[in-house]
Parts: sequence; structure tokens; C-alpha cells
Amino acid sequence: MNKKRIFAIAHKEFIHIIRDKKSLFASIFIPIMLLVLFGWALNLDVDRIETVICDFDHSQKSRELVSRISSSRFFNVVSYPASMHEAEEHIMYGRAFIMISIPSGFERALAKGQSPVIGVSIDGSDANRATIGLGYLNNMISMFSTELLSDKMIAIGVKKVSQPVELRQTIWFNPELESKNYIVPGLIAVIMAVIAAMITSLTIAREWENGTMEQLISTPVRGHELILGKMLPYIVIGYIDVFISVTMGILFFKVPFLGSYIDLFIMGSIFLVGAISLGLLISIAGKTQLVANQLALLLSFLPAFLLSGFTFAIDNMPLPLQLLSKVFPATYFVKILKSMFLKGIGFKILYYDFIMLAFYCLALFLLANKKFKKRLE
Amino acid sequence: MSLETAVSVKELYKIFGDFHAVDGISFDVARGRIFGFLGPNGAGKSTTIKMLCGLLTPTSGSGTIGGLDIMKDSEKIKRKIGYMSQKFSLYDDLSVIENIRFFGSLYGLSGKTLEERAEEALKLAELTDRRDTITSILPGGIKQRLALGCAILHKPDFLFLDEPTSGVDPISRRNFWNIIHDFARIGITVFVTTHYMEEAEYCDYLVLIYKGKIVIQGTPLELKKSKVEENIFKIDSNSPAELYNIIDKTPAFSEVNLFGDSIHIVTSLDHAGARNEIDNICKNKNIQILSFEKFTPTLEDIFVLAIAGADRKASAVKGVYGV
Repeated sequence: MNKKRIFAIAHKEFIHIIRDKKSLFASIFIPIMLLVLFGWALNLDVDRIETVICDFDHSQKSRELVSRISSSRFFNVVSYPASMHEAEEHIMYGRAFIMISIPSGFERALAKGQSPVIGVSIDGSDANRATIGLGYLNNMISMFSTELLSDKMIAIGVKKVSQPVELRQTIWFNPELESKNYIVPGLIAVIMAVIAAMITSLTIAREWENGTMEQLISTPVRGHELILGKMLPYIVIGYIDVFISVTMGILFFKVPFLGSYIDLFIMGSIFLVGAISLGLLISIAGKTQLVANQLALLLSFLPAFLLSGFTFAIDNMPLPLQLLSKVFPATYFVKILKSMFLKGIGFKILYYDFIMLAFYCLALFLLANKKFKKRLE
Repeated sequence: MSLETAVSVKELYKIFGDFHAVDGISFDVARGRIFGFLGPNGAGKSTTIKMLCGLLTPTSGSGTIGGLDIMKDSEKIKRKIGYMSQKFSLYDDLSVIENIRFFGSLYGLSGKTLEERAEEALKLAELTDRRDTITSILPGGIKQRLALGCAILHKPDFLFLDEPTSGVDPISRRNFWNIIHDFARIGITVFVTTHYMEEAEYCDYLVLIYKGKIVIQGTPLELKKSKVEENIFKIDSNSPAELYNIIDKTPAFSEVNLFGDSIHIVTSLDHAGARNEIDNICKNKNIQILSFEKFTPTLEDIFVLAIAGADRKASAVKGVYGV
């Protein structure tokens, strides 16, 4: 291995990058754009559910229930239709997600000690939102019932009424349960995986296409020197991108970072080597810039976005996909970044993911070296 | 006087699928000589040069460059050679000096040596005043000289030039050949391919390759003297087109070609016999022969004849085997 030759390649590659203003701008600006776009759009919090309530009772008790629902931050009452037909229309046209109907005789039935039925219909086409919305409503109604029950017991002379079982909940790592707190760190990993593979996917294919590779392989330069030299400038760009996106995550999205910056730097470096090796491997195998670019998008974006555990929990995937998810470095980096941001843990706990990340990054690097041939055929 | 053999190739083959790009060629090149590899496009010139430079792996055969085996030592060979590919393949977005420094570093040069060699290369390419110019805007001839400058930075023992003068104007081409001669004078073995037949005269030794096979080889003088077994006659007449149509199918003439206003015929007949044949054919026809003389062929004529001969042989073989 000849350091001078590696630096000569790195220097040359660096000049290419600096002179190609559009790509340079894209490699810095695209991560910012993706982070802002996804960071805002990918909001998995369910609140302010559009709701219509038909109150057919018009009693004090029914109004009390309605006001509880409408003052909650989970429900946004958009209308109080006078008929069921009108309420159904709201659901059909998509103006409302939940319709609640309180039957006439609600208060009277309560007073008689009967259990009146409240009707709830929900738009199941968004199953996740429907499940969560029903959960909120269930909670609210059972609280309302418990209070009614205790009022009754006090009225018949029981002094102190308390719930037999009480729940004391503590939410770790993300006490507000804000989705941005786990989306943004994962997003940084996904964006880095995509950007690193995309910007490097062209570099070797371009040399084959322009014919400069022919001159290059006629010199004594070794394959690994060429690959290492080509990696260096992109690792620098990768650092800049990681720095920008982590800073934005902390300052702009206000995601707490509890981990150690040194750990972040080390793991980030290893991840960059892997992601860039994947880009180079694609560039070597693709041979033309068009093919390499398409492959890079396919092989970096899809696994990072869908298989890494960023959008879907890996444990819920069928076994073959679970196994497949393990060969992409992004899977480990998503977990590492989430843990570092929110849990503040480092190597001590994450050593398995760290070793696996390092293993796959090294494997990709070696594979890129093996695949590169100083031959024209 | 025995000359040191610099490059030696034996029974070299390169087969792509069922296409024989290089079909069993053998030759030797003496040190410090300009070795011309000629032939039409697609003859196998570039494929051969790429096998020698270690860019392509030969299908079979053997060869040595400066004693190093082309099958096993291709990476060692790369340190001793300079290669200039057919297509300009320096970096267009780098400046002249950046290209030179880059390739110099790849050949292991650094510091003062690199700067000295870079100056020499700039001088060679006549780009001393335009060292910071971006390569893409240079004219073709200058680009070729820059590529040559980059190929000799490490003072290689062997220089492989694949069509170095294609697309270059005649004056630049002449300059280019002067530089190549200077290299040969200091002991560099130059291996050059071209399809410009007039450039053959600049070489010390020539190999004509056609359809992957060597058709003829020798020094330019040897080729001119001995490689033509038949005679060539040049005929001027008052009606060359008509004459051509009449004598084209004459069995005694193996080749009849129209060159401008003259006709060249190739035949095993001597001067009197050929003249007699022409006179017989033209009898009773309104054609006057203005001159009829034996013609000393140029290298180009010899190559054209050799290729035509190779084609005739091939079709004769086809005839026999009914392919």
C-alpha cells in the first residue's frame, strides 16, 4: 500500500468534487432538505382527530360528556349534526374520522341505574389512527363511568371511594411520547445511508464511461489504493452531512442528545466507511453511471427506509425479511443513533450492534476491493 | 550485431466468444526501436497492445516485455511502461499541471523529481505557459501531446502508443513523430499502432495485422524490396473508366485498381507480357494507351495488396470447404 498514491487519488477526486458545483451543492443541500421534509411530514402522533357528535339527549349529563370530548386535545369536534344521516355524510366525505352518538334518554337511563349505550363509528381505512383514537375514547368513557359510579356511591353514603387498582406509569426516554424524537435520529441514519451511496455510486462508473479508467489501470496503482483514495473525500463530505443533520436534529427539531459525541463520531465513521463502500461496490458492479445510480437508490433507500426498523419494527417482520434486514449497515446505525440520542447509551450496551456494523462495513469494503479488477474485460 | 530483444510475443490469442480478435500472432521487437503495428480498424491492433500492457488477459499464448512475463507479471510491467490509449483519457476537469502531477504521483514520483519531470512534460507538450488551463478546452493535437507527456513522466523503458495521431492535423502529426524518434534515440522501445499508412515510413520495423493475423512484417525497406512477388504497372489512357471496365475481369491480372486518372494492375507477367495483354484487349476499341510503366509501390500499395491477398486466400479456403 502506497500512501502517496492514495493521497494522489484522494486529491484528484477532491478536485472533481470541488469543480462540480452542482453535485457538491446537492450532496450538502439534499440531506438538509430530506431532514426538514421527513422530519416534519413523518409525524406519527395521533391527536386532533376530526370528530362529529350527535347528541340526541340534550341533557346536562350528555352535554358534560360532549364538552369533555371536545376539550380534549385528542379530538377536534368539527360538527354537531342533527341527524345520523348528516353525521354519516361527514364520514363519507372525509370531513370527520369518528362519529359519536349519544341516544335520547341517556340521562334518564343513567338515573334509573341502567347502562345506556353510546354509539361510536370510526373510519377504519387508517387502521393505526382508528385503533389509537378508539383507545383514547375508551379511556375517556371509562373515566366518565367511574366518576358517575363514585358519585352514586357517595350519594348512598359510602365515605371514601377509590379505584381498586391504579396504574402508575413512567415513560422512559421519550416522556412526551413525541414521534419526532425517534423519527429524527433514525432519519439521520437513513439520509446518510442514501446520500453516501448516491454520491459515491458515480465515481468509478464515470471513469469507465469516460475512458479515464483505461489510463488509470495502465499505471502501477493498486485496486485498494484506488478505492481508499476515492473514499477519503467522500468521508469528509459524509462528516459534514452528519454534522449538519445532527446539529439540525438537536437545535431545529429539539431532539435531546444524551449520548457521547465521541461515540457518535466513531460509530458514524464506521458507518460512513460501510455506506461509501456500498456506493463504490455498486459503482464497480454497475459500470455505467445510469445503472449505478439506479442501483444505489434501490439498494440504499429501500433497505434503509423499510428494513432498518426506521418505519417498521423489525420484530414484526416475517423471518426472511428480519434476516435480510441484518445485512444492511443502516439497520444497526438506526438503532445506534436512536439509542444514543434518547437513551444516552454507548459502546457498553450497544457493543453487539457496533460489532455487527463494523463487520458489515468491513465486508462491504473488502467486497468492493475484490470486485474491482484492473482489467478491461 | 545482435539486438537485445525488448518485447517478444508467441502465438498470442484473444478470443471474445467466437470472435478471434487476435488470432495467434508472434513477433519480436528490438530495444530502442520504433515498432509499427499497422492495419485497418478492427484488425486487432488495440487488443494486442492492451494485452501487452496488462489491460486485457490473453486467451492463450505467451510473451515477455523486458524479460517480464505478460501473463504473470502484468503489475510489474506497468511500472516500466507508458501507455497512451486510443481515446484521450486524461481528466478533462483537471488543469494541465494537475493531470501531470496526478499521473506522476501514481508512478511514485514526488517532491523535486516530480516537479522536474512535470516541467519536462510541459515543455514536451508546449504547455509551459498554459499549465493552469483546464484540459477540456485544449485542442486535440495538444491534448495528445499532454497525454504523451503524462505517459513518459516516469521515464519508462517501453512506450505503448495506441493510435496516437488519430484526429490530429498533419503538422502536429509530424511533430509527434519527431518526438517519438527522440524517445527511440535515448533507448526507449516504442510500440505504436496506426491506420495512417504513410506513418509506416517513420517506423523501424512494421507488422501488418489483418483480421487478427499477421499478414506481412519486416523493415520498411525489406517490405518494399521483397514482399511483392508480382509486378505493378501504371497505365494512363484517354478513357480510364472504360479501360477499367474492360480489363477488370482479365484472369492474367490479379488486381486492377483505379487510382484517380490512372489504373494500377498487379500481375505476374513482366513488362512486355503485360503490355501485350493490354494491347490485345484494347484492339478494335477506341482506347489509347498514353503511358505504360512499371511502378515502384509505396508501403500503402504493399499493404493494400497484402490485405487483398489475405482476403483472396480466405475466400479460396471458403470455396474448398464450401463454407
